[in-house]
Amino acid sequence: MAAVTVDHISKHYGSTAALRQASFEVDPGELFGLIGPDGAGKTTLFRILTTLLIPDQGQVRVRGYDPVGEYRKLRRLIGYMPGDFSLYGDLTVEENLDFFATIFDTTIEANYHLIRDIYQQIEPFKRRLAKNLSGGMQQKLALSCALIHKPEVLILDEPTTGVDAVSRKEFWDMLLKLKQQGITILVSTPYMDEAGLCDRVALIQQGQLMKMDAPARIIEAFPKKLWIAKADHPYRLLLDLREWSDLAAVYPFGDSMHLTAHSDDLDETRLKQFLRERNHTSVEVARANPTIEDCFMDLMNQ
Amino acid sequence: MITARNMVKKFGHFIANDHLTFQVRKGEIFGFLGANGAGKTTAMRILCGLSAPTSGEISVAGYNVYRQKEKIKRSIGYMSQKFSLYEDLTVRENFRFYGGIYGLPRKRIRERTAYLLEKLNFSHAIDKKIAQIPLGWKQKLAFSIAIIHSPRIVFLDEPTSGVDPITRRQFWEMIYETASREVTVFVTTHYMDEAEYCNRVSIMDQGRIEALDTPARLKEKYQAANMNQVFVQIAR
Amino acid sequence: MKRFFGFVRKEFIHIFRDKRTLLILFGMPIAQILIFGYVVTNEIKEARIAIYDKSKDAVTHEITDKLLSSDYFRLAKTIEDEQQIEATFEKGDVKEVIVFESDFDEKLHHEQSAQVQILLDATDANMANLLQSYTSGIINDYSRHIKVSSGNMPAIKPKPRMLFNNELKGVYMFVPGTMALILMLVTAMMTSISITREKEMGTMEVLLVSPLKSVQIIAGKVMPYVALAFLNGVAILALGYLVFDMPVHGNVVLLLGETLLYIIMALSLGIFISTVSPTQQVAMFISMFALMLPTMLLSGFIFPIENMPWPLQWLSTIIPAKYFIILIKHIMIKGTGFVFVWKETLVLLGMTAIFIGLSIKNFKIRLE
Repeated sequence: MAAVTVDHISKHYGSTAALRQASFEVDPGELFGLIGPDGAGKTTLFRILTTLLIPDQGQVRVRGYDPVGEYRKLRRLIGYMPGDFSLYGDLTVEENLDFFATIFDTTIEANYHLIRDIYQQIEPFKRRLAKNLSGGMQQKLALSCALIHKPEVLILDEPTTGVDAVSRKEFWDMLLKLKQQGITILVSTPYMDEAGLCDRVALIQQGQLMKMDAPARIIEAFPKKLWIAKADHPYRLLLDLREWSDLAAVYPFGDSMHLTAHSDDLDETRLKQFLRERNHTSVEVARANPTIEDCFMDLMNQ
Repeated sequence: MITARNMVKKFGHFIANDHLTFQVRKGEIFGFLGANGAGKTTAMRILCGLSAPTSGEISVAGYNVYRQKEKIKRSIGYMSQKFSLYEDLTVRENFRFYGGIYGLPRKRIRERTAYLLEKLNFSHAIDKKIAQIPLGWKQKLAFSIAIIHSPRIVFLDEPTSGVDPITRRQFWEMIYETASREVTVFVTTHYMDEAEYCNRVSIMDQGRIEALDTPARLKEKYQAANMNQVFVQIAR
Repeated sequence: MKRFFGFVRKEFIHIFRDKRTLLILFGMPIAQILIFGYVVTNEIKEARIAIYDKSKDAVTHEITDKLLSSDYFRLAKTIEDEQQIEATFEKGDVKEVIVFESDFDEKLHHEQSAQVQILLDATDANMANLLQSYTSGIINDYSRHIKVSSGNMPAIKPKPRMLFNNELKGVYMFVPGTMALILMLVTAMMTSISITREKEMGTMEVLLVSPLKSVQIIAGKVMPYVALAFLNGVAILALGYLVFDMPVHGNVVLLLGETLLYIIMALSLGIFISTVSPTQQVAMFISMFALMLPTMLLSGFIFPIENMPWPLQWLSTIIPAKYFIILIKHIMIKGTGFVFVWKETLVLLGMTAIFIGLSIKNFKIRLE
């Protein structure tokens, strides 16, 4: 049985649709990523799964329970970490953890093994008020709090937003370890580069699930050839490439441009020739594998 | 445009900025990176004239941060992820309000509003309330409003956080375009690919600037394939 | 139960770590009492009075001398005819006019009785009351003195009359009024704010997703405030009794019981406010305008209800504090028992039931 089943759910706020006919399944023990920008509907979807919102349409099951009718049973089974961490800033690290343990009828000691790896990193600061922790440490504390009652399904809403690259990496390392303990994890993120760390991802935009698959297969399914171009003056390079009608899309990616053409007959020679005509120097051109971000933008344009 | 020599900011015993020395040139896109709590926000607040440094020689747009705060504030634009437009005002009213804050004459506000919206291809929505506008557009509008008074420097604090990848790139095109008109852009971000769009980046860790160079040279120096790897090596 | 106490403990931590909350909880009652205590001062010093002596004989002069030599009064004006009295009051020059009837000495000795009229500006009811009792005290003292020396029983009858506020509403009002106000603020405002704060911080989301029942969440949040508000109530009563000589003629248990009922009523109101307010600011705003101002202005605390225009009188019937003030005054000043206050008690109980009902209906086990 799937850990989470979402079947054609829709949710509106007034006249704006937050979710349109979303459907997917998450297998037990899977690390599932929901990837999309702010306002795409990620939080709404997670709030429906965590019993906090009722969908307008559609069926949802989490560990076999209906979040609408059986919310009481379900609330014991899920661990939820809302966006912006939701800790008590005026409580110390230890008091926060202790509080969340108590309201789930357990103690820190009983489930210490679950959080040990994560909590040990912040334990030296356990007498510090949560509001005085850095973003990365708050994130670790929030995760510890969400884990302390040994949930079967862990739902994390943008746990890495606004957190620096190092803390983000550490956080994902922790998630991969938790996955090994058999916990089903649903995580949302606006950072496309985090997709590769999930078993499967759903790309979401404006309330619509555009694609759902293993990240590698989403990349494989990218329908076009992708080219990379580099030159000394990236902004001029971008503007020049934009003017070339053969190209379907030009996007800056780090220090280079990602290009797709309308047809498959674009080749290195033609590209280089075009750029030479426009007086670009240090030109480099190559074929490249798309990233999830390329796929996302391609799907957005469809 | 910005010169900081031995900039120090202490909060009690805590040293938030530890002898920062850097210069930002006219028309440069300067990426200001660092881990959470590394002291970026503190430094940015000092440069915007919002807080006084403990010591150091600092000038912004040619003005002294100790004595000419008001002049600094007039010469800079500021936008942050949290900087929000007034949701219950229309696009036009927001422009008019912020233009008014900087003392622009009515006529000038109208011209700038028309010009900036034209460039965004957003003129048709001038009378829409901000609340009805999608997030990506809001960020682009916020940027336009931050430069309504034609500042010489614009400070952007995580301007693209949570924005979809296409809008994020459109946003950076706006930054490029602005910089091409000799406006200095000082920007923080958590997206490491965006660091590569900058002319130069500085990476802060625990109150100090640990690296400052062009992305290409930094990658070479740390033998990294991308800025993410550079960042992780420095901030670890 | 352990879960519940864990929750209450957390709530106490919030309260004791927040200086602002602490200040409102403990600083405000003390400040209020002191402010009112200052206004309702028991001391009179050189109060400006006027004397209209129709008799001008030896006795009236003697009484006048006694009054003026006391330090309490200072002669601001001597009035010569009836018409001047009102004008003098209206100008606000004096707080008190003493009128000796004509042929005072004569009447005192032949008819064994003479009248002194004491006219008082009762806009400041407490001051008027004090002046009246000081004046009467001095005159009675004099009266006793001549009684002893002459052997027979002449009597000087001071006839006080309050102008502008003839029933002296306001005296003894400040303790019940302050109590009604502070308990309302502490409980309703603080609970509504503390519940909305969780909504705002997003922690309410986590609480809702936990196995805690909504009743537990609410009870856990308000429990500390019941205790603290009750403590506050007792402190105010004690201050009133010890420092300001507020009498407690009635049953103390009944008094405390009614106080507790009022606190619970205010709490349910606070919970109700929190269910309709998305943010702390809104909760604060509603509390201020829907609770604090009406409690101050329409409960009879500051302005006597009887003197209000009828729409306001009508409005005052839905102000809970009105009933509490009536209750407290009955029990403390008149010393009446439950038999005489069951109606007000019933009204408060009814209000509590309504607010709890509305809160349960409004409290969401989900967001939105």
